Amino acid sequence: MSTARDGRIGATEFVTAMVGRQMFGFAIDRVRDVFVPEGVTPVPLAPTEIAGLINLRGRIVTLIDLHARLGIETVAGRRNAMAVGIDHRGESFGLLIDHVGQVVKVEPNEWERAPANLDPRWAAICLGVRRTSDRLMLAFDIDRMLDERLPSRAA
Amino acid sequence: MDDLLAEFLTEATESLDVIDLELVKFEREPNNAAILSNIFRLVHTIKGTCGFLGLPRLETLAHAAETLMGKYRDGAAVTPAGVPLILRTIDRIKEIVVALGVSGVEPAGQDDDLIALLLALAEGGKTIEIAPPVVAHVPRDPEDLVFHEDAAAEEMPCDVEFGPLPGCVSLDELERAFREAPGPDDIPPPPPLEPLIERRSGDRRAASDSQGDAVESKDGGARNQTIRVAVETLEKLMTTASELVLTRNQLLDILRRTGQSDFKTALQRLSNVTAELQENVLQTRMQPIGGAWQKLPRIVRDLGCELDKKIELEMHGGDTELDRQVLELIRDPLTHMVRNSADHGLESTADRIRAGKPETGTIKLSAYHEGGSIVIEIADDGKGLDATKIRAKAAAQGLATEGELDAMTPGEINKFIFRAGFSTAASVTSVSGRGVGMDVVRTNIELIGGAVDVKSTPGAGTNFRIKIPLTLAIIPALIVSSGGQRFAIPQLSVVELVRVREGSAYAIETIHDTQVLRLRRRLLPLVQLDALFGIGGEGGGARERAGDRVVVVAQSGHQTFGMIVDGVFHTEEIVVKPMPSMLRELGLFSGNTILGDGSVIMIVDPTGVMATLGQGVADATPEKQEETDKGSVEEISSLLLFRSGNGGAKAVPLSLITRLEDIEIDRIERCNGRDVVQYRGTLMPLIYLDEEVEPGRKSRPVLVFTDEERSMGIAVDEIVDIVEQRLDIEIMTDRPGRLGSAIIAGRATEIIDVAHYLPQAFDDWLAHKEQRLIESRRRLLFIDDSAFFRNMLSPLLTAAGYAVTLAASAEEALELRSRGAAFDLIVSDLEMPGMDGIALARTIRSDATWRETPLIALSSHRSQAVIARTREAGFADYVGKFDREGLIETLKGFSPCLEEAA
Repeated sequence: MSTARDGRIGATEFVTAMVGRQMFGFAIDRVRDVFVPEGVTPVPLAPTEIAGLINLRGRIVTLIDLHARLGIETVAGRRNAMAVGIDHRGESFGLLIDHVGQVVKVEPNEWERAPANLDPRWAAICLGVRRTSDRLMLAFDIDRMLDERLPSRAA
Repeated sequence: MDDLLAEFLTEATESLDVIDLELVKFEREPNNAAILSNIFRLVHTIKGTCGFLGLPRLETLAHAAETLMGKYRDGAAVTPAGVPLILRTIDRIKEIVVALGVSGVEPAGQDDDLIALLLALAEGGKTIEIAPPVVAHVPRDPEDLVFHEDAAAEEMPCDVEFGPLPGCVSLDELERAFREAPGPDDIPPPPPLEPLIERRSGDRRAASDSQGDAVESKDGGARNQTIRVAVETLEKLMTTASELVLTRNQLLDILRRTGQSDFKTALQRLSNVTAELQENVLQTRMQPIGGAWQKLPRIVRDLGCELDKKIELEMHGGDTELDRQVLELIRDPLTHMVRNSADHGLESTADRIRAGKPETGTIKLSAYHEGGSIVIEIADDGKGLDATKIRAKAAAQGLATEGELDAMTPGEINKFIFRAGFSTAASVTSVSGRGVGMDVVRTNIELIGGAVDVKSTPGAGTNFRIKIPLTLAIIPALIVSSGGQRFAIPQLSVVELVRVREGSAYAIETIHDTQVLRLRRRLLPLVQLDALFGIGGEGGGARERAGDRVVVVAQSGHQTFGMIVDGVFHTEEIVVKPMPSMLRELGLFSGNTILGDGSVIMIVDPTGVMATLGQGVADATPEKQEETDKGSVEEISSLLLFRSGNGGAKAVPLSLITRLEDIEIDRIERCNGRDVVQYRGTLMPLIYLDEEVEPGRKSRPVLVFTDEERSMGIAVDEIVDIVEQRLDIEIMTDRPGRLGSAIIAGRATEIIDVAHYLPQAFDDWLAHKEQRLIESRRRLLFIDDSAFFRNMLSPLLTAAGYAVTLAASAEEALELRSRGAAFDLIVSDLEMPGMDGIALARTIRSDATWRETPLIALSSHRSQAVIARTREAGFADYVGKFDREGLIETLKGFSPCLEEAA
């Protein structure tokens, strides 16, 4: 397990991915695969964050729309083109991303705490921030996000 | 240590359940040494393992109980206080085991009270020491004992005191106990226990072997018929098998689309193997229902004491197997119902004597298979339901008006007990009468797609009948489309499908903003699925569409309602996958599944959909519930009832009908000496069952039968109903066009032979086939003792291009052989009176005349053993009796081109 509640991050290798203009990092030991979601079945009355279900080699995968979840603006044409496959408490999830980046190595001391004024939705899923010369990468707290109960759209 | 502890907990829990059961029996038969020995052995094993694991509290308790039982076994008289005391001890042990399971350590506490009592009793019993050798003794290897003691001493953590146990027995005494406890070598022949228990103890023994239990480590490997497998492993296996099924479906789908035949044979085999695998994997999930009953004897015993009634619990069919998941879900409702029977159902002993009944009340629990379901009955011989009281209560709670109640039969009134908050118990006892009662039971049973019904005879008893599906993992479902998406609706809840259209006999009507359908003089509340789901464009109930739509009439519990969908595709066996946890509270879907084409679709939960309709949903007419109870699913057929001419009711199997249409009389044209109607761009001939046409009607219903591109219509006067029931043709007839007569929905009904009318509609119906399928038109002999199946399958086979000869028995078939008839294919039922299918196959294979003719077996059994037996007898293939498509496919596999290629 790469996540720690006190903000310290154990893993050193992260898969980077873009959602809108933001770069996120997913601890590599949690990423099962990265795939292009095809044949998505929307779930009626599901929360907007749930993009739908797909069949990935016989497994049912729940797709989470991070744009909707985190209120991220769409960058023209790229929205939710790929998904990062995650296993969480025996279920399979796909976190929709616009495109996948690369695997980066991060030393534990490179992480900084999330700024105090960060949008609470973001703060809740942010394990830490890493600064590079040109942009910031947010380490994604996968468990925290998936454990949170989503409000249902159903009346 | 953790693994060991976990294993101990599982084993101890099982053993304790068995001990409970055995003790209750022992109480009744204090002289049955076999029962006592079994209990002794189980308690002893628990004690031994506790010592080994360092659980002093459990060990001490078990030890004290064992001491008392040792005395009994040695011949001390069983005092009335004895068994309840041991039961209390077992309860205490259970408490500790539960706590142990939670925290991993023994809870703190004192058991001196129980131990003192146990020992006092044991001491008291000592005076009558006789010790008659009841069971054959096999001396234990003394080394076992030594090893056991050593192990216990070594493994014991230092801080645990291993000093003299309270009520400690000398080593001699212990050794004697060991010697006299029947070892596993004594088991065959097994003591006269219920099969379930033998099996359980068998399991347990296997498990303790692997643990190296000192007492039983000398067991030979030969007896290891069972192994313990983690449920998780089985679940994984199940998922994998399900995936294989899906892949197979995908392949079949591709084959259907491309029509490639190179793979057909291999695929057929793959299909069979997959089906077998699936069945076997499902089998691993099966557990005897006795597992859910295990605690009942104890509960009933305790209740008997508490209520001061004499109650006898009879259990039948405890080895009936059903899915583990279903078993878990049925356990609580069952317990509740048995408690109810004991508390409400049975009268007090005094009342029973006054009523001239035996003093002891009986609760009879039985389980058996019926088609694809399990039926569990809970019957008591008590006073029966008090319809007057229920009626009064129903009226008081405003569940029905007096007028409605007047119109109800006592049977219908009795069903009120399944309503929420309904309890007629005059006083609240600790057992029942708290208002949470039968409605909870009903809800729980319906959650798993089951149904519960009650029949009661005043003064003679009440009989509850629960019908539940064998498994929840794979279910037949109807695939429908709505708002551009596909959904699955469990077939179990679908009552019928109604095609609706503006201006036709069945049209959706609107009352205020509510959509309803008039169906056989009843108003059916409707819900439009796409609007409910908020899919398919603007949504909203007001949206009208020009084309046909379908109302899926579904039943949930006692209520019927309709779901409007855009179209219905087909029925498919689907593998139910659970909803992702974050979507579970939607309430409208019970899961999802992957279709043959790989897409994911949601499974609609009719109960959830109905809940959105709110209150005021019409109760289902009781007719449906009555019907669903009759006969087994396997033999149930859906029949369309109709009237035509001046004759009585007529019926035709629904499966043969493609569509029901209402055709205006002026659309009927006369052409070439026969009536035709323009139908979907072609001319469809109309056939009248009875010559006279009822005058003065604007339109009349037509049953449409379609075979490939040709359709034929049978014009009738009125469509009465669709019923599902077992079809027993009671009177055979020689009248052309009639198969015979049967009792359907309580009336004598003529069954129509559709095959008779096909040539009437098209002189060339068969010729047309013949011409097109001239190469494959083959002579087929079909043997089945059931007239219904002969008549149902023969049009199908004829339509598929075979020249069908029918035989009603193996003997009849052999007579055909002796008369020199020759066939290209023989399809035979397996279960027939007289000579059965297997014997027939052997006979055919033993003689040169028909030896080369491929034989295909038809049966409703699908067990591997049966399939193996059919192959061995000489059948070339095996098809399920209800798998009509499979039969045609299989027959095609024996077509000449393939044979030549082979």
